[in-house]
Amino acid sequence: MNTERKDVSRQAADRSVSGAQQSNGEREREVFLRPATDIFEDDEQITLVADMPGVSRERLDVQVDQDTLTLEGRIDIEDVAELQALHADVRARSYRRSFVLSQELDAERIEATLKDGVLNVRIPKRAELRPRRIEVQAR
Amino acid sequence: MIGYLSSPSGSVFDDVRRMQQELDELFGQFNGLDAIRSLPRSGFPPINVGVTPEQVQVYLFAAGIDPAKLDVSIQQNVLTIAGTRTAQAQEGRKHFRQERFGGEFRRVLTLPEDVDPDRVDAKYRNGVLQVTVARRAAARARKVDIQ
Repeated sequence: MNTERKDVSRQAADRSVSGAQQSNGEREREVFLRPATDIFEDDEQITLVADMPGVSRERLDVQVDQDTLTLEGRIDIEDVAELQALHADVRARSYRRSFVLSQELDAERIEATLKDGVLNVRIPKRAELRPRRIEVQAR
Repeated sequence: MIGYLSSPSGSVFDDVRRMQQELDELFGQFNGLDAIRSLPRSGFPPINVGVTPEQVQVYLFAAGIDPAKLDVSIQQNVLTIAGTRTAQAQEGRKHFRQERFGGEFRRVLTLPEDVDPDRVDAKYRNGVLQVTVARRAAARARKVDIQ
């Protein structure tokens, strides 16, 4: 996945800051949106579906650090000059959410897709730990 | 299976956020008075509205929707956006979390009175519907020269 982490600036409106490297301390102060997420499991994998409207592929970052899966994305909406807010349900410019993975999941083979602001992450189970099943072929 | 960093659904953070929203409603985040048809700060999908002297921009944060199934209509200065989002629930798998909205939704919002309902433009990109409504030129603030 693309890594655009350096681009995450604290002030959404402040264009001059973006692109500049920021210290961890500064980053922590940013308010993050918590994407609504569905998680379900079948025999082969765990699937995570997260709503991140406004995030483009270039602004999405899916990372696994040891056993922690972190989803991060920045809302990429073209700025309109002189825009004054009348109403705002969404009051931050970035999403972030983390989950702890369990041992039987294969973090090396995680796949992620993004379509229309919906992030789909598939985390396969290690083959040796899947429930065994014998396929019966018709024919 | 997956352990969570935050507590399970209905977490403290959700409660705090809800409380903050209610406080915002009580005290009014943008001004002290609510218009009779003003928009409550809740519901799906979240909406942001911004204005410039020339136009009104409405952003609808509705990920994963088929734009063909979105119904955007405007009557004078009342904008209605309705649609359906199909829930993904399927049989034969265990669900651990279902936070995402599924089903029909409708949000109605009152725009400034000088909008021109004949000049509306809507586009859907990366899960955000952006509706641009032009404002009538006559209503724009004009600078008055002092003699």
